[in-house]
Formats: sequence, C-alpha cells, structure tokens
Amino acid sequence: MYRLFAPLAVVAAAMFAYAPIAIANVRYESTMLLVQKIFYFHFPTWMVVFAAVGVCGVASLVYLFRASAKADRLAAASAELIVIFGAFGLVSGSFWARKAWNVWWDWNARLTTAAVVELVFLAYLLLRKYGGPGSEKLAAGMGIFGAATAPFLYKSVDWWRTLHPTTSVVSTLPGDMWMVALFCTGAFLVLFAMLLAARVRLEDLRANLDRLYLAAED
Amino acid sequence: MARMLLTALLSFALTSGARAVQPPTPAQEGFIPLSELPPGEQLPAAPFLVGSYAFFLVLMMFYLWTIWRRISKVETEMKALERRAGVPPR
Repeated sequence: MYRLFAPLAVVAAAMFAYAPIAIANVRYESTMLLVQKIFYFHFPTWMVVFAAVGVCGVASLVYLFRASAKADRLAAASAELIVIFGAFGLVSGSFWARKAWNVWWDWNARLTTAAVVELVFLAYLLLRKYGGPGSEKLAAGMGIFGAATAPFLYKSVDWWRTLHPTTSVVSTLPGDMWMVALFCTGAFLVLFAMLLAARVRLEDLRANLDRLYLAAED
Repeated sequence: MARMLLTALLSFALTSGARAVQPPTPAQEGFIPLSELPPGEQLPAAPFLVGSYAFFLVLMMFYLWTIWRRISKVETEMKALERRAGVPPR
C-alpha cells in the first residue's frame, strides 16, 4: 500500500494546486456570496470522513471475526484520519456558520451528531493508546459502533429541523458548481488515500518493532 | 465610605424618576436581513474563507510532518534493536 504513496502525493499536489483556481472561477451562490465557497472544502471533508468511517467500520469487523492484524492496523490508521478530517470539518463549518448564521456554533442535530462522531473516534484513539494489552478488540467494537453513528450524521438534516441545509441541496447545484465540488471531492479522496497509505506504513513498522522486541526477549 | 455610599444611593434615587419618563427604545419590528445591516455591522466573508483554507493547509502540513516524524522514530528504534541483536543492517 505504501508503494502508492508517491504517485498519490503527486496527484494530490496537482489537484490541490488547481483547486483554488477552480474555486475562484466558479460563480457565486446568490444568497451567501463569497463565504459559500467554503463549501468546496467543507463538503469534501465530510465525504472523506464518511469514507474513513466506512473503512474503519469494515476493517474493525474483519479484525473481530477473522483476527486479521492487517485489518486492525487499517482500522487504527483510518480512525486517526476521521479525527483529523472531522476536526477540519467542524472548524470550516464553524467559520461558515459565523458568517452565514451569525454564530460560531449551534446545537442543532447535524452539528451535534458531527461532534459526537468526532468524540467517538477520539475516544477510539485514546483507548488504543492507553488501553493496554487487549485494547485492540475493545477498539474494534468501538470502531463498529462509531461507524453505526455515521448514517445518523448523514440523515440528521433530513430527520430533524436544523439550520443546516438538507442532503438534497448538493444534487440541486448547477453544473459548473457541481463539477468543482466533484473535483474537490476527488482531490480530498486522493489526499485521504495518500495519508492512509502513510499511516498504515507507520502501523506496519510498529508491528515489526513489536515483533523485534519479542524476538529479542526470547 | 458611608458618605460615598449615601451619595451614590441618593443620586440613583433622584435620577431614577427621570430615567423612568424617558421613552423606551422602540422594539424591532420584523426581521432585518444581514445584507441590509449598516456596513459597520456586517461581517466580511473573505477572512472566514481564507482562514478556513489556511487552517486546512496548516493542519495537513502538520499532520504529514507528525507521520514522517513517527515513522523516523520507529525506524531509528528498529535499527538500534537490530544492531543490539547482531542482525546485519538491511
């Protein structure tokens, strides 16, 4: 997987170099004007969070039922990326809300469920770091439950009345705005794959180091 | 001290009548769109947009640096362990 790091880094760098040009050239949304352009980084961030939650949930399931150490390492790597991208999603949303809603934060269903998902995976990372021997299985359970919260996060704007736009808003975007959103989502997914490759490499090296320590003790 | 307190109380009591007869600030009648606020009260959008993108770049750079640093640390530790165990360097 780590072999993909360099080509993914080149593609991600090229896409992120072009993204600001595409965002600057796309037309303004009529009610929010300039600040709406946060959308082109905000929306892809949450798409990456959903992808990472999916990877973590499936990898945790595979680890629990097949005892695959590789799957466990993949779950740990993607959980860290959920926290990183989730943090940016919350901050970018907060910046957007400050201008559009005149508040930094609102305890509506979408924002609250987003904060809950962020906290669940933060707890996952803390459990893995400080949980001691056997914490991998507990963490895998937590990864599965964390993944189960993702549909609530996604559908929260449709199920409850919130200030946040509903999920159908994205599909109503005009063609040029939709293309830029799609391009940015692609760039973010490539970046996610690149970071995941690097992060899995770190987990693999740590596993090798543990094996070396065990061999040295014998 | 007591004289000061008495003076403050007296001045409050004497002026309260005058304050009571002042017309209250009229209540806002209806919603005012943000775009109709005077320019001094409107928030500029650019700092939020630029701030958001800048935060993303800084966060990603920092995160990549932390991964690189952690990988280097583990590799150094592995090399030291292999040297101690007498394993020839790869």
